[in-house]
Amino acid sequence: MSSSLSEKIFRTILGAFGVFIVLLMFSVAIFLTVGAWPVIRHGLSDFVQTQTWNPVNGQFGALAVLFGTLVSSSIAIAIAAPLGVGAAIFLKELAPARVASVFSFLIEMLAAVPSVIFGLWGFFVLAPAIRDHVAPIFYPLGEYVPIFRGPSYGVGILTAGVVLALMILPTMAAIVREIFSAVPQHQREAALGLGSTRWEAVRVAVLAPSKPGILSAAVLATARALGETMAVTMVIGNRNAVSLSLFDPGQSMASLIANEYAEASDSRHIAALMAVGLLLLVISLVVNAVARIIAKRSAAKWK
Amino acid sequence: MEHNGSYSGHNGSYSSHNGHVSLVGHGDNFESQTILESKDLDAWFGSHHVVKSVSLHFFSRTVSAIIGPSGCGKSTFLRCLNRMHEEIPGARAKGVVNFQGKNIYDMFSEPANVRRHIGMVFQKPNPFPAMSIFENVIIGLKLAGVKKGYVLNDIAEACLKQVGLWDEVKDKLSAPGLSLSGGQQQRLCIARALAMAPEVILMDEPTSALDPISTARIEELLVELKKTVSIVIVTHNMQQAARISDTTAFLLSGDLVEFGRTGEIFTNPRKSETERYITGRFG
Ligand SMILES: Nc1ncnc2c1ncn2[C@@H]1O[C@H](COP(=O)(O)OP(=O)(O)OP(=O)(O)O)[C@@H](O)[C@H]1O
Ligand SMILES: [Mg+2]
Repeated sequence: MSSSLSEKIFRTILGAFGVFIVLLMFSVAIFLTVGAWPVIRHGLSDFVQTQTWNPVNGQFGALAVLFGTLVSSSIAIAIAAPLGVGAAIFLKELAPARVASVFSFLIEMLAAVPSVIFGLWGFFVLAPAIRDHVAPIFYPLGEYVPIFRGPSYGVGILTAGVVLALMILPTMAAIVREIFSAVPQHQREAALGLGSTRWEAVRVAVLAPSKPGILSAAVLATARALGETMAVTMVIGNRNAVSLSLFDPGQSMASLIANEYAEASDSRHIAALMAVGLLLLVISLVVNAVARIIAKRSAAKWK
Repeated sequence: MEHNGSYSGHNGSYSSHNGHVSLVGHGDNFESQTILESKDLDAWFGSHHVVKSVSLHFFSRTVSAIIGPSGCGKSTFLRCLNRMHEEIPGARAKGVVNFQGKNIYDMFSEPANVRRHIGMVFQKPNPFPAMSIFENVIIGLKLAGVKKGYVLNDIAEACLKQVGLWDEVKDKLSAPGLSLSGGQQQRLCIARALAMAPEVILMDEPTSALDPISTARIEELLVELKKTVSIVIVTHNMQQAARISDTTAFLLSGDLVEFGRTGEIFTNPRKSETERYITGRFG
């Protein structure tokens, strides 16, 4: 077989895969759009501004789950971003090679833990700990600051956020470590040569030029948190309401769908779930795209 | 006190009295204060012995060249002189490096502090990409705790003038350092080092990545700079060493073969290896 012919076949197969993936994406989007059509026709803006979600009365609004998803993901990235950057600094810049390789291994193992295991741990270990030891510390503050208002039932938005943080930490740490690896050694030496300490050299020569990359890593990790379902469903508390307190139970878009898709029988309920799914898909795609655009724009031009 | 013949690979072409080392050469007697000296300095990468018991003097307000074939340990030796060598994992140095009479390898000496006095310019221009031209010049001072804006401005201007960059950049100080040409970037890096007011600047082939015109400008600059700062320069370019340096040391596989006044080394080398190297017969 001539090499040009085999190349042609190879290209055709690859091309077919590409087309297949695009079609698959489209079919998912079309499936959701068609399924959600009754809601869309009614007006999506109404849908996302309504808090009540009551299948019994046939009232469907997505505000509570939008809120739950955004807040739990924000908590997750607020915890995971500094931890991930810290872990990357430790691994790449400070730790001796042997210690670093042990730590990298542990972090990679964290990424291999199944979501449902995080959920179990969150439910049986983290939730009681938050209920009995963390939340009570904040109760006095809660009288003035609504986000700390008690009581805590253990499960809730904060618990979901912390579990999510652990789940996206490996992603964050791995991407940031790659970004640091791209910083040439001569940059660190330039800083050291000016009499900076190890830590100052990290700040000046490594962190400063990596800022856009770190931002993009954080957005990418957030995108992972937005759609995470299993663990969140197990620890978020599953209550369809907007509540300002971090200790209150809530609901995310993903957990709502996971909780109700099997029992939804009337067509309006199904359409509402489809609409939530469509929203989640669009948000995830947009956030991913934003991360990639930032990454592309900022790719440091090391020579 | 050091005396004749105590330097490896060297047969008494200089002598030392009361801390003054005089190189005995032709014509005007070269005499100057030693600012930096290595004594029996060894360096390793892992178990690879790269610098072997090198003892060398560097004099105040001179340009000192280090020459030798690729891989002979020039960069490693140079990087031992401000404790940069040890920043590489697995790298190790042993011996004494006296800076103004104090051993920078003794237990009380801080590498960061050493490097404030003994600065460095690298082979490839390496301005900080996230910083402007101005920020690049003053970052060392900022890290050292200098906060006053007018002080930073004055020093930046003085250093940029010193390297002959001021007129070219004075209207775009906030442009990124990387927006300059290679030769300008290297002068920016020299200005960045000068801003710390170091007594010594170590330069590892600072012109090897530059075009001939930029190279010539930097050579002129070094000759000018030695009025205020001592320069140790590693170079592969024999003409460059001959043109700008006052003393030359020749290293071969980690050993110091010969050290002396540049004129001597290039016209009347004592060792046959030196002669073979400078006449281009090996390396
Ligand atoms: N980072 C490193 N890790 C391990 N070995 C190294 C490292 N850098 C240099 N070496 C080895 O140490 C020896 C001396 O290297 P060095 O860079 O000091 O030579 P050099 O004289 O500066 O050479 P060149 O003229 O090519 O720059 C070489 O054998 C080299 O392979
Ligand atoms: Mg070298």
